[in-house]
Amino acid sequence: MSGKPLDLVNLTIPAKPDYVGIARLAVSGIANRMGFSYDDIEDLKLAVSEACTNAVDHAYCGGDGEIEVSCNIFSNRLEIEVVDRGNSFNIEEIEKRTGPIEVGPTMNALRERGLGVFLMRSLMDHVDIKGDNGVIVTMTKYIRKGVVESHVKSSTSFTNR
Amino acid sequence: MNLSVQEKIENEKEITYVVSGEIDVYTAPKLREKLLPRCQGGTTITIDFTDVEYIDSTGLSVLIGAYKAQGQTGGKLILKGMNARLQRIFRITNLNVIMLNEEKVQEDGRQ
Repeated sequence: MSGKPLDLVNLTIPAKPDYVGIARLAVSGIANRMGFSYDDIEDLKLAVSEACTNAVDHAYCGGDGEIEVSCNIFSNRLEIEVVDRGNSFNIEEIEKRTGPIEVGPTMNALRERGLGVFLMRSLMDHVDIKGDNGVIVTMTKYIRKGVVESHVKSSTSFTNR
Repeated sequence: MNLSVQEKIENEKEITYVVSGEIDVYTAPKLREKLLPRCQGGTTITIDFTDVEYIDSTGLSVLIGAYKAQGQTGGKLILKGMNARLQRIFRITNLNVIMLNEEKVQEDGRQ
């Protein structure tokens, strides 16, 4: 991604489950200020949480490392970098077992893991994962102009309450 | 950023969980600890998501675990009250087809 950001917000959190919500809140505040729609803000929150959760889970295995979350604010997009310096995982392996749940195979074959990276890719416009001395996840979401707030009309439930 | 899990035991075979808050890597273990021990002996477990604002992949993995355990022991898992956001996450991951008995639809990542 080219160009210099208008502003940069850096956040360093301990690589512990307790703090993933803090990264989520910070990104939510920044995206809100930038003018993202409600749905896009929720997408950003989920994507940044997934990146941080991966760092907590895989990178440090419960150790006491840190996660750096850098929010590069551009006029038309938010670029978020999530960096850890823990064990880099085998990215090809991760990519291989990521994806939506396959409909059809027996129930025992249902994966319980591997949805995180898939969700990041589904919710952001661009995601890049690099591993070398830790993991660097760079993800970008563009501000979509003229998006109607769609959450208002669709607060339905699956069952009759 | 907290989660509360309220367990309502209707009878031996029917248990309802009223969950509220955010289900993420920090709070998901709490849900797993309450839920999974009940997933045996053919119970019907209902989870009410009306007050759940957020779920991520760690929360989904708890639900998948519970769904599998219920299937293996002749039980049922009923998920209700999900808001539009949660429904969207279920659609993107195809979990709506498996766990909510919905038709498979093409989801391009946008609503």
